[in-house]
Amino acid sequence: MTLNPNAKMEETQKGTEVYNVDPLIVKSHYEIDYIHSYAQDSEFFRALGKKKIMGSKCKNKDCGYVYATPRGHCMMCGSETEWHELPNHGKIHAFTTCYFGSEEFLPETPFHLVMVEFEGVNSLFMARLIGADEEDLHIGMPIRAKFRRNLRFSPTDVYFVPDVPK
Amino acid sequence: MIYMKHKGKDVYMVSGGVTKFAKATPDMDFRLRVKKAFDYSLNDANLTLHDIDGSVASYFADHFQRQLMSGIMAQDYLGLTPKPSKRVEGGGATGGLAFQTGFEEVASGRMDVCAVYGFETMSHVNTWKGNEFIALASDTNFDYPVGGFYTGYYAMMANRHMHEFGTTVEQLAKVSVKNHGNALHNPYSQSPMKITVEDVRNSPMVATPLTRLDVCTMSDGAAVAILASEEKAFEISDHPVKVASIGTGTDTMRLSDRPFGKVPLLANEKESDYRNLKYPGIHSFRAGRTAAKEAYEGAGITDPLEEIDLVELHDAYTSSEIQTYEDLGLCKYGEGGNFIDEGKSSLHGKVPVNPSGGLLASGHPVGATGIMQAVFMFWQLQHSVKKHFHDEALQIKNAKRGLIHSHAGTGTYVTVSIMEAVK
Ligand SMILES: [Zn+2]
Repeated sequence: MTLNPNAKMEETQKGTEVYNVDPLIVKSHYEIDYIHSYAQDSEFFRALGKKKIMGSKCKNKDCGYVYATPRGHCMMCGSETEWHELPNHGKIHAFTTCYFGSEEFLPETPFHLVMVEFEGVNSLFMARLIGADEEDLHIGMPIRAKFRRNLRFSPTDVYFVPDVPK
Repeated sequence: MIYMKHKGKDVYMVSGGVTKFAKATPDMDFRLRVKKAFDYSLNDANLTLHDIDGSVASYFADHFQRQLMSGIMAQDYLGLTPKPSKRVEGGGATGGLAFQTGFEEVASGRMDVCAVYGFETMSHVNTWKGNEFIALASDTNFDYPVGGFYTGYYAMMANRHMHEFGTTVEQLAKVSVKNHGNALHNPYSQSPMKITVEDVRNSPMVATPLTRLDVCTMSDGAAVAILASEEKAFEISDHPVKVASIGTGTDTMRLSDRPFGKVPLLANEKESDYRNLKYPGIHSFRAGRTAAKEAYEGAGITDPLEEIDLVELHDAYTSSEIQTYEDLGLCKYGEGGNFIDEGKSSLHGKVPVNPSGGLLASGHPVGATGIMQAVFMFWQLQHSVKKHFHDEALQIKNAKRGLIHSHAGTGTYVTVSIMEAVK
């Protein structure tokens, strides 16, 4: 048993950064590493290492909706989907060039963002595009998928370039 | 589709309050801002705390302050404990959804008087970290790591709208000129500005084709709407405003999943209007159309342009205001650009849109925004703009029936509510 009226909290040099005193504004730091599971989407990320873009296709024969961005179940009929390899060639459905971005991607600006459409596929795929200037981009422009050799297991392991002869 | 199987009791708005939206208000935290807006609304209708049966708390992102359960902290600070309350969240449409939840609390008969309070404190992180938090409201497997930027998503939608319909960057810019200009007479607004189309195009490019002046800002702010049953409403106020109907729509989280189907037609449209249009694609907001359709059926509106006197809509981007004219059926799909060119949405136009200045100029403290729209619409329909703004320039003379529209994500949740003057 301890009953010590002389107990004293240890003094440290761990201070606080202060921006303003009235009102009192201080720096409050926060960071976290998540243990993020790709769960039913995992195969998409693994397949990028084999230079394959895996979309998904509804198993319901009466539906058969094909998704460029995979999903485990079909939004049209609720059935399960199966993995479905996409072509490596597509077209620009829409585009932009981002000159600003969220803090995480600010160092990468400016970058081109495109929505990709694939022949015979019902939905779109969002990706980065490199190898073209802003004024070269247009809707309907043929583009081709390329893959990182050193995977990050991120959807940016696949990116697009203009589909022109090398 | 099925609309409002049981309408419930009639619901009225009896009072409202808003704080002046600003980039940062570090001298007040969210609780004090809500308290100021709440006290304004109580005083304006001679209400006391005892008149309030319960509440709905409206705020979007826990990340902005790293404070969970902010809702109960506001409830507590207002002195509303131990009365019933809940938090409602749905991205940018949080305020609209919370307003509709308040409507449901009264329509169901559970409460006679319900306070809906909304707030957001966005100044505790820098703008680019704020954009990162907002971008976390996109699919973190497939969208956030690629784009990670909402203005980028909206820029692609604008790009496609321009491709489908020939909309121009000058037409987008005109929305910015109109809304910033209206806000010159709104003392609650964050960014009143007299600007030109050239100013908008010459301001820094954020994501082509959207410039800094095509995009709303981050804000600190709070807003409160008080809703009541018919019996209570006329006891409380000589000038309550009826909430005639509500409508809500949703769409896929990912822009990439939007289908290419047929337009859900409004009463004043025909299938032949859209023979070659693949809908919604990424050029239009199916959730907005769905919400409008439900709200119009509830209020018996068959010709929105003729039957609605003014609109406060979610113009987080100039492009989304033009897209929304079409979703709401103020014009046909594809005619949004002409609609602004013809001045139909200007302050003295056919149907003034965002007379308050909208999000672009009033500010967008997310959880407060949809409630701010309700408050400004309430004052318009009460014909009390002069009293609250100390300026009557924005009072729409014939305001009898108004529409408020709140919108989330890339068009994932959208609410439309119809409000009507009773005298
Ligand atoms: Zn299916």
